[in-house]
Amino acid sequence: MLGLGVDRLQADINRLLASLFHQGVLDEQFLQLQQLQDETSPNFVYDVINIYFDESEKLLRNLRLLLMDREFSDYKKIGLHLNQLVGSSSSIGARRVRNVCVAFRSASELSNRPGCLRGLEVVEHEYHYLKNMMHELFQVLTCFVNILLTFTQTEGKNVS
Amino acid sequence: MAKDGGVSCLRRSEMIGIGIGELESPPLDSDQVHVLAVDDSLVDRIVIERLLRITSCKVTAVDSGWRALEFLGLDDDKAAVEFDRLKVDLIITDYCMPGMTGYELLKKIKESTSFKEVPVVIMSSENVMTRIDRCLEEGAEDFLLKPVKLADVKRLRSYLTRDVKVAAEGNKRKLTTPPPPPPLSATSSMESSDSTVESPLSMVDDEDSLTMSPESATSLVDSPMRSPGLA
Repeated sequence: MLGLGVDRLQADINRLLASLFHQGVLDEQFLQLQQLQDETSPNFVYDVINIYFDESEKLLRNLRLLLMDREFSDYKKIGLHLNQLVGSSSSIGARRVRNVCVAFRSASELSNRPGCLRGLEVVEHEYHYLKNMMHELFQVLTCFVNILLTFTQTEGKNVS
Repeated sequence: MAKDGGVSCLRRSEMIGIGIGELESPPLDSDQVHVLAVDDSLVDRIVIERLLRITSCKVTAVDSGWRALEFLGLDDDKAAVEFDRLKVDLIITDYCMPGMTGYELLKKIKESTSFKEVPVVIMSSENVMTRIDRCLEEGAEDFLLKPVKLADVKRLRSYLTRDVKVAAEGNKRKLTTPPPPPPLSATSSMESSDSTVESPLSMVDDEDSLTMSPESATSLVDSPMRSPGLA
């Protein structure tokens, strides 16, 4: 019975990841992050992704504040923020977020305010989609680990 | 040898600390390669730092060209004091940074007497030929396209440890390739290595052919540690 639970979770994880890759939400750089995780840094992926979320939300808030200002004209500043977002998104394998940031950046280079507003909306949408997917992934992974831990503890008791 | 140079598990608070340039890997044997990493993005600093540590380098990560110069002791115009010279075997820097770009940092390093022979590698998410050429002409050892991968860092690592000799002046390290007899001048050129112009230009995104010159004074300061963004 326990085996089935583990298998199902494993299947869920695989399905979720496959879907994210297939949709282009994640790319191979996400797999590179896995390679950087080991017993000496066991929470690396989780931690770096959470730092990415913190940093990105700060940048998105700043972008929204800038664009909501009716007297806004500092497109260069928008460009600088977007450089950061493009860079960090690509570093963690967030392919779709990165791509929509590049499109947004093009609008900012043309000083196109409506284009920028649309661009920001698209980026916010993609970002939140990614965040929700990552939450789901981490939740399933946590369940998976908990079930394994419960299983090994139970087995340990039975053996002794 | 431990896979990451013998450093213990990195907690999130340590990640932020390293990102802000407060923490360095604990000191280990003098044979260990010491890399100075420069990037204004916290996420990128953390990733590059991990990439380097997992390939057994000691890493100091800073968030700007100015901090890098400060770390190297090049931030004022005093003549460099030769004693207690900092041992830095490689400098890896992002190109696009507010304030001082990686290119400007490269120039300052190459103009210094103490560190001009330290290999400098430039990283950029933009694949712009003119930018790459400019950096290589200014003396950059290599140019990496972001996102940086483990294979890129392993390649850098391999040409760093090929032959490391302690220079006569102190604990600064010079890199020479094996055999040919050393040149008569004190400075041995690193251009003898054949690894200079092998940039990973395979990943070309047409949409990235934009040149940005973030020379504005806006510097993105690190945020203090925050709680995770999970709802």
